[in-house]
Amino acid sequence: MSSLDLARWQFAITTVYHFLFVPITIGMAFLVAGLQSAWYRTAKLKYLRATKFFGRLFLINFAIGVVTGIVQEFQFGMNWSSYSRFVGDIFGAPLAMEGLLAFFLESTFLGLWIFGWDRLPKKLHLASIWVAATGTLLSAYFILAANSWMQHPVGYTMNLEKGRAELTDIVAVLTQKTTLVTFFHTIPSAAFSGAAFVAGVSAWLIIKKKDIEMARPTMKLGLITMVISFIFIGVSGDLTSRVMTEQQPMKMAAAEALYNTTDSAPFSLLTIGSLDGSRSVFQIDIPSALSFLSTGNFKGVVEGVNDLQKSYEEKYGPGNYKPNIPLAYWSFRLMMGFGFIGVFFALLALYQMRKGGTPHGKWFGPAMISLPFLPLAAISFGWIFTETARQPWAVFGLIKTADGVSPVVSAGAVLFTMIVFTLLYGVLAFIEVGLILKTIQIGPRQEIEHEVSTVGGADDRPLVMSY
Amino acid sequence: MSFQTAWFLLIAVLWIGYFILEGFDFGVGMLIPFVSRNEADRRAVLTTLGPVWDGNEVWVLVAGGATFAAFPEWYATLFSGFYLPLFLILVGLIVRGVAFEYRSKYGKAQWRQRWDIAILISSAIPALLWGVAFANIVRGVPLEKSSTGSIEYVGGFFNLLNPYALLGGVVTLTVFLTHGAHFLALKTAGEIRDRAHALAIKIGLVAAVAAVIFLVWSNLMLPERNAKFATLSILTALLWVAGMFANFKVREGYAFIFSSLAIATFVSGLFVALYPRVMPSSLGSQFDLTITNASSTDYTLKVMTIVAVVMTPLVLVYQGWTYWVFRKRVSASQIQHPERGILDTLSQ
Ligand code: HDD
Ligand code: HEM
Ligand code: HEM
Repeated sequence: MSSLDLARWQFAITTVYHFLFVPITIGMAFLVAGLQSAWYRTAKLKYLRATKFFGRLFLINFAIGVVTGIVQEFQFGMNWSSYSRFVGDIFGAPLAMEGLLAFFLESTFLGLWIFGWDRLPKKLHLASIWVAATGTLLSAYFILAANSWMQHPVGYTMNLEKGRAELTDIVAVLTQKTTLVTFFHTIPSAAFSGAAFVAGVSAWLIIKKKDIEMARPTMKLGLITMVISFIFIGVSGDLTSRVMTEQQPMKMAAAEALYNTTDSAPFSLLTIGSLDGSRSVFQIDIPSALSFLSTGNFKGVVEGVNDLQKSYEEKYGPGNYKPNIPLAYWSFRLMMGFGFIGVFFALLALYQMRKGGTPHGKWFGPAMISLPFLPLAAISFGWIFTETARQPWAVFGLIKTADGVSPVVSAGAVLFTMIVFTLLYGVLAFIEVGLILKTIQIGPRQEIEHEVSTVGGADDRPLVMSY
Repeated sequence: MSFQTAWFLLIAVLWIGYFILEGFDFGVGMLIPFVSRNEADRRAVLTTLGPVWDGNEVWVLVAGGATFAAFPEWYATLFSGFYLPLFLILVGLIVRGVAFEYRSKYGKAQWRQRWDIAILISSAIPALLWGVAFANIVRGVPLEKSSTGSIEYVGGFFNLLNPYALLGGVVTLTVFLTHGAHFLALKTAGEIRDRAHALAIKIGLVAAVAAVIFLVWSNLMLPERNAKFATLSILTALLWVAGMFANFKVREGYAFIFSSLAIATFVSGLFVALYPRVMPSSLGSQFDLTITNASSTDYTLKVMTIVAVVMTPLVLVYQGWTYWVFRKRVSASQIQHPERGILDTLSQ
């Protein structure tokens, strides 16, 4: 494999891995903050137990989110130096803002929250988790603005002498449509993931008959959050589709494996056959749905891959402008599919829980165990779709992925670092899953209130929290 | 002052902040086995870092991001050129972060011992390699213009391991160890504090010798005499001695402040020696990366200046406040059931 292929694999592996922890961090930060607020308002100990229990799980996840993010920050320079030279004037700005505005906030206030139970007044302690949660949102916003600029560059001019893109309008970069729809699609997805985690874990406690007094409300909280966020995911997904069709028609065509331009285009639910489009053996379509999804009009014209290829050749010169079409087709469907399965389970469990009922039936155990994994699968496929169907471009229309790779880094070096990162990440996953399972198995503890809320006192009194 | 100079300064400030803050983190991480006699000691030491280590690490993330935004050519050449050392630093930072968070979750001796070794090694590697990397930058490395016009690093990995750079690594390693010992003396009580005092004196002397040789060598190596760098070098030495003296007199706050200031003047000196270059080439000054040929446009720098001017003071205020909140000394006697894992305690 060339250093290009290896660098791409490395980017894909490390980023997808980072993004397994990110959505849980974002989603759970707000849920834990909400639970602590409930305790603050009502002084009911079940909410304190919930805050502490889910807080522990949240922090185990957060640790890996942080350390895998560090690699992301430097990877652009290490493996993609030509890309970095080309886009740095623009792309670096949101990245630096993310650090200054978001990472400092997250890390500092989370430190205060973890160790501050007996150091801060109750109100300030509660505020610190809310600030940390806000930090995760800011972080998502800036990095998604950077990524959206790669999908749809705005606010720049080309400096041909220096051979790079230069920023002319930061406001355009931060507020363009692509950034906004991506943010409003990704954040509910994160909420969906965090909520599914909380619901799945609570269901497990209920099955094991552990602290049902706490687990019932947290399960409901998780399930309801899932349903609400799914509505937002659907709405923003629809908007995203339109923006995408307008800005990257090739991506939409690839998502549909639509080879030839059609009006009233059907949305294919499932195609079995040769995926080069020459022949389909078995196909289920929803008539006109694709036209609606991508243009908002059932009769709208959707361009096909072959015509787009021709027009891109005219515009950008000879070359292959088709992404990996089977991958785009399937990842798009798997994103939606896993999401639908997740929300279906959530609705079923909610239905059985109404009027104080307890979910039952053979489906319940397996469904609840799979619940935390479904959104993660959906999210990963969402990103895999977004990123791979943008190919061959790194920045759409401006620089190809192949031209972005570092010229001075050998394939051997990339291979070596990729193997080490992958092995290290594997070991970390193993350890973290072990810790999460152990934490769940131990379950919530009967917290003693005075233990967590005494501020001041003698210097040498025992610490509530120590590493 | 041009925007480029302002950003050169700001990036210097970020690195100074990083080396002062994560410098003591690294030092403490390496000192754990040497200042502790039992579990309670080890956990007390870790607890001094618990609330602050991640916030300290963000300084390097912002330094990286700011370099990308303000000097993309520098970011690209540096991180693709110093590929393997940077990779090792990243691995170190990954392992360290996880080790801090997970180590005390279980009580099992084997689990803890493994993480303790991980903390020791993963603190030592970045502490050493940052010094190696910076010394190489100051010394100049083989940089050449590529066919596409970019300035690229053309040396190999072993080029980076020259005696001068390795000495730079020893300097940062020993300086961070001493600085970490000053921090521990300030933040702990009882025997840990006494041991930290004693160690700070011994390691501080080694650091002083290494740093003096390094600074003299650096001053002689520069192509032209640089009075500012020479002054900062002397200042560094004086501050370091002041820090050691304060430690000797058991004035822990002063010892920590002086070693922080010594780090600040040391790093400032390196940046002064560089200015206006950001990465000099050993193959001829026509290949130097400078603040002009490596920088972003004035527009980008202006935008980033506004963000930095507003946010940096705010960050300093709330980070400073965290240190204030956790200002009390931690002693081993405050750790409940040190041998039990945090998770195991819950099931009691
Ligand atoms: C939509 C959200 C999102 C996306 C697309 C990314 N991240 Fe991330 N990142 C976060 C959301 C996030 C977070 C929620 O803020 C994290 C996750 C867990 C955590 O600790 O903070 C985080 C952590 C995190 C950290 C550690 C911060 C710390 O020490 O506290 C760094 C350096 C990065 N990320 C960098 C990146 C880069 C360079 C990305 C682009 C490839 C990236 N992240 C994608
Ligand atoms: C966090 C969620 C993300 C995931 C899961 C993800 C996934 C991927 C994948 C799978 C690839 C490989 C595509 C291929 O080689 O065919 C890729 C490439 C890339 N992505 Fe992303 N991405 C994410 C976010 C981002 C963000 C936020 C940025 C920019 C800030 C970004 C920038 C890039 C770059 C520079 C490449 C390398 C060029 C390429 O091979 O396409 N990605 N990403
Ligand atoms: C309900 C139907 C859904 C629709 C119509 C939809 C639509 C889309 C579209 C069109 C994109 C590509 C955006 C682009 O490349 O510019 C996308 C990306 C993405 N999707 Fe979905 N999606 C749906 C469900 C989900 C679910 C359930 C999840 C996860 C829980 C999810 C997570 C993501 C993520 C993380 C991305 C990448 C970020 C982005 O580009 O917005 N999506 N989605």
